Amino acid sequence: MPRREFLVHLLVLGVLALGPWWLSPYNLSLLGRFLAMSILALGLTVVWGWGGFLSLGQGVFFGLGGYALAMNLKLAGLAPGDLPDFMVWSGLDHLPWWWAPFRHPVVALAAVVLVPAAVAGLFAWLVFHRRVRGVYFALLTQAFALALATLLISQQAYTGGFNGLTDYGPLFGVHLTDASAQTTLYAVTLGALCACYGLATWLSRSHFGRLLVAIRDGENRVRCLGYDTVPYKVAAFALAGAFAGVAGALFAAQVGVISPAMVGVVPSIEMLIWVAVGGRESLAGAVLGCLLVNFGKDWVSSAMPSVWLFVMGGLFIVVVTVLPQGIGGLLARRSAPGPAADAAPMTPEPAGP
Amino acid sequence: MTNGPLLQVEHLTVSFDDFKAIDDLSLTLEPQSVRVLIGPNGAGKSTLLDAIIGRVRPSAGRIVLRGTDITRMPAHRIVRAGICRKFQTPGLLDSLTVYENLALADARGRGWRAALRTRPTRDQQVRTEQILQLTGLTAERHRPAGRLAHGQKQWLEIGMVVASDAELLLLDEPAAGMSHGEREQTADLVQRLTTRHSVLVIDHDMAFVERLRAPVSVLHMGRLLKEGTLQEVRQDPQVRAVYLGRADELECDCA
Ligand SMILES: Nc1ncnc2c1ncn2[C@@H]1O[C@H](COP(=O)(O)OP(=O)(O)OP(=O)(O)O)[C@@H](O)[C@H]1O
Ligand SMILES: [Mg+2]
Repeated sequence: MPRREFLVHLLVLGVLALGPWWLSPYNLSLLGRFLAMSILALGLTVVWGWGGFLSLGQGVFFGLGGYALAMNLKLAGLAPGDLPDFMVWSGLDHLPWWWAPFRHPVVALAAVVLVPAAVAGLFAWLVFHRRVRGVYFALLTQAFALALATLLISQQAYTGGFNGLTDYGPLFGVHLTDASAQTTLYAVTLGALCACYGLATWLSRSHFGRLLVAIRDGENRVRCLGYDTVPYKVAAFALAGAFAGVAGALFAAQVGVISPAMVGVVPSIEMLIWVAVGGRESLAGAVLGCLLVNFGKDWVSSAMPSVWLFVMGGLFIVVVTVLPQGIGGLLARRSAPGPAADAAPMTPEPAGP
Repeated sequence: MTNGPLLQVEHLTVSFDDFKAIDDLSLTLEPQSVRVLIGPNGAGKSTLLDAIIGRVRPSAGRIVLRGTDITRMPAHRIVRAGICRKFQTPGLLDSLTVYENLALADARGRGWRAALRTRPTRDQQVRTEQILQLTGLTAERHRPAGRLAHGQKQWLEIGMVVASDAELLLLDEPAAGMSHGEREQTADLVQRLTTRHSVLVIDHDMAFVERLRAPVSVLHMGRLLKEGTLQEVRQDPQVRAVYLGRADELECDCA
């Protein structure tokens, strides 16, 4: 990273880290959950910005991560043999076997990363293996989001149905609603964001990152250079799934709820808009876009609740038509030394020594 | 096995609907050899290469590389088995630099260990430098491939094919759209490749073909019309008939 860019990152990190000291509790809680969501946005940059495959179903992995943690939080603090409230209401008399492992917080935390990654990886493998690409891939991800949201709602007794999972017990003995716990969660979120940002930055410089871009620009070409492109695409999608899972868990912990409303098609499309606004190729743009759109959403919905969907639609149109590279593209154009190379004379070199 | 032919195309047929772009064609390439493929537009030259590298599936026939049937292998495995192809229209990765394009094509970049490296190994660097030199692109290494001049794009493509370490290189019109001087350079470049690779070259330009001094196969309507030296082929009445009024294409204005 160039020195100046590094310093800017450090400065922004400093300002965010000092959040608890300069933000009102309300704004801090907003910032905390938006930073959590921006981890998901980083994953979208990897798969959509670099790899070029559009996911309209990132809410699925956000939801899987959120539910994985929430299952633990629902079980925490219950006496042995007791069931979570919604199961009692639905008339269950014992805990479903697949809920049992989530009693252990460590298992639940591992599941936050591993379940979404595995599901994303498996989904991607099934789809890419059959050479499904482009719009068809996007449609399948959307169908997946719809299916999961529907499943969650219909299985009331096991998932809490439409209301999702809320009203949590303690995590490692700490009640998440305590003021100090909220500050800790904010710090954990920021830490997780930094880690994921670092990982993605490293990826962008690796041969793998370059391969992803190459696959976006000419998958057949890459294949004709001797690469099987499927494993790379699967790995990228699994990584984005893991990021989304972490985001979902941090979101659920801070907000105190995870429900099908955050999993389905509409939220998944909204996630794309964060990244489109920020600039799909830039990691910083993804975080910035996520924060801007979500603070904007909070502001618009509290002033004029019914208007947000129109604003969102308008935003999407503007980004697609006027600013295809998003804010990140705008910034890059400012700072990068223009395409001076074009002006250089193209003297043909003699072929060979 | 080392004594057998390098590539055998046996009774190959490629159909698009009812139309046979390749029609019961057989062709053999020996190891360490150079072969030129000529033929009028639409003769099926590019389609033959498509079939060899697994881009289109033949409806009949076999393609055998060093005794292994590669007819139905996936494209990436055919490259690993030893055949890499330069396309007629350059298919570079435009947003990557010249160096990155070559690094991507490098056979040593395949596999997960290589994928997770942030900088190429010493080995890869040396190899990439060699190819930059070979193709005369050393000064352009940091330029995005999309911004290269046309001729340079063609050379970069050739460089990428070389970087794949394949034993057999298929070059589809490497000199197309080039100036006279560039074509000569390209012919010399191809000549230099033949010390380490077997090469199958498609081209229309007789001056270019002449400079390669290699046996020529003439393709017409998906069939092999004639094989021989450029001289023999040129004088062949059937070949002249195929080129109809454009028989002057067979002449060489440089000779
Ligand atoms: N994908 C395809 N679908 C249908 N027809 C095709 C396809 N690809 C090639 N053809 C047809 O097959 C024939 C052979 O095409 P090919 O590109 O192999 O010719 P060529 O010898 O390479 O010609 P040129 O010198 O113009 O490059 C042409 O008539 C072409 O229209
Ligand atoms: Mg052709």
